[in-house]
Amino acid sequence: MLSRDEEMATTLEQLIPIKPKPREGWDVERIRKDFPVLRQTVNGKPLVYLDNAASSQVPVMVIERGAQYIQQEHSNIHRGVHYLSMKATTAYEGAREKIKRFINARESRECIFVRGATEGINLVMYGYGRKVVGAGDEIIISAMEHHSNIVPWQMLCEEKNAKLRVIPMNDAGELLMDEYDALLNERTKLVAVAHVSNALGTINPIKEIVERAHKYGVPVLIDGAQAAPHMPVDVQDLDCDFYALSGHKMFAPTGSGVVYGKAALLEQMNPFQGGGDMIKSVTFEKTIYADLPNKLEAGTPAIASQIGLGAAVDYLSIIGREKAAAYEHELLVYATERLAAIEGVRIIGTAREKLGVLSFVLDDIHPHDIGTILDLEGIAIRAGHHCAQPVMQRLGLSATARASFAFYNTRQEVDALVQGIEKVIEVLG
Amino acid sequence: MSLVRLLYHEQIVEHSKKPRNHKRLETANHLAEGHNPLCGDHQIVYLQVEDDIVRDISFLCIGADEVKNCAISKASASMMTRILKGKTRKEVEALFSEFHGMLTGTFDEETVPNNLGHLKVFAGVREFPMRVKCATLPWHTMLAALNEQEKVSTE
Repeated sequence: MLSRDEEMATTLEQLIPIKPKPREGWDVERIRKDFPVLRQTVNGKPLVYLDNAASSQVPVMVIERGAQYIQQEHSNIHRGVHYLSMKATTAYEGAREKIKRFINARESRECIFVRGATEGINLVMYGYGRKVVGAGDEIIISAMEHHSNIVPWQMLCEEKNAKLRVIPMNDAGELLMDEYDALLNERTKLVAVAHVSNALGTINPIKEIVERAHKYGVPVLIDGAQAAPHMPVDVQDLDCDFYALSGHKMFAPTGSGVVYGKAALLEQMNPFQGGGDMIKSVTFEKTIYADLPNKLEAGTPAIASQIGLGAAVDYLSIIGREKAAAYEHELLVYATERLAAIEGVRIIGTAREKLGVLSFVLDDIHPHDIGTILDLEGIAIRAGHHCAQPVMQRLGLSATARASFAFYNTRQEVDALVQGIEKVIEVLG
Repeated sequence: MSLVRLLYHEQIVEHSKKPRNHKRLETANHLAEGHNPLCGDHQIVYLQVEDDIVRDISFLCIGADEVKNCAISKASASMMTRILKGKTRKEVEALFSEFHGMLTGTFDEETVPNNLGHLKVFAGVREFPMRVKCATLPWHTMLAALNEQEKVSTE
């Protein structure tokens, strides 16, 4: 039996980055074997899961890591001196270390565990926004934000009597950077922009956005929910001040996620929530808050989910993030070509820099009817406003149908989608 | 019947493509707006009611684009306007509960005598729980108009 020190040593050994195994081409059939959920039929047809931008599927490696934690390591973290508490804490903090490497943060204490990108953005709004934003100040967001990167800032503006400014976009779904320049001024207190648009797939020029904001000394929050699962993210290279991501969109369980913040900013921040785990000492007169990251993580977190997120990060490095991204890009190009060739289909979101999301409308047919008929063919897509109603309003649409891809999708699945759309036209066209 | 035709019955498709009474009703003395925020279906139902009788009825889809509302809600509104014209308030309310019951599975249109007639083509919608609200939205909106509520939401 191993001593505790030896146990710690082996656990730490697991933290050493796993070198991506070289892989010739992309063996999608082998990858698919890692995702048990994909092995099923829906309405008698093989499941074709093209709703990855809403939530992605979980590989066996992540499921097993979570199960192992629950079966063998579960206890509360940062509390007990006992064996299980130490195991749980090591695994939980190990996941933080993995995330730190995944986004290339300087220190792991800059990675705050949250329920998902929404909670991450809210944490920054409450902890940072409420502290620095006052009457007459301005917050800049973009025309293609998800509601989760609009509503918190609206709430803040309402509370502080501040003003929300919006970077407009063109019809292709690209931000108008000159207009952005015109919005920045000495009253700007924060810029909050999506890395990748969930409704249109646009990849925004984050480095440019950050650089221009920093000229005014304005910090930038990036909503990375759609980007982190599908492209390499380096927060130091982007030089962004905050970066929020959701585990459930990157092959980890729901309830996991991270908001990164530069240590100096996180240290300035007020706590998000009060409670256990975020304090150094409490008396009825005064509470001294804990250091980062604990100051911003009150209460017992979703330990199993966050450990799962750590395993998902491992999984992505094993399969090779850049290779996965290249394959997803090929798939997007193929799907775009095939769908654009169908009479009546109009692709929504035609930015030059795009990733993984294919929104479309079909002459006279409502996206919800498209979604229902595709579902009868076993094909899962999203239909609606994608929690981005201002994007729909800007483009003069009430809704779109959206297929979104992951590295486990195949060209055959794109073909099935095309056949499904032809079926929709046959029934309702 | 194929699964797809269970929902998209030919009559439903036909009405969705050529909705009847899809217009503003100038003589209306009751109206209500119905909205399903989940899918964006958004309609106004207009009623001209005299002596507790629906003399005339119409509906109008609202939306940013041409498509506006889904096939199920359009067809349901269209067929509703056809069947309700000339009905008394009591008959309208009875039909509402039969239609609503058929879609939510609390009313068996095959065994219990009823006045649903052509509306029975919507029976298949109950197999698609996510779409039941699409079919019932025009009916809820109509009832709100009849009772002179300002707005109705199916959420």
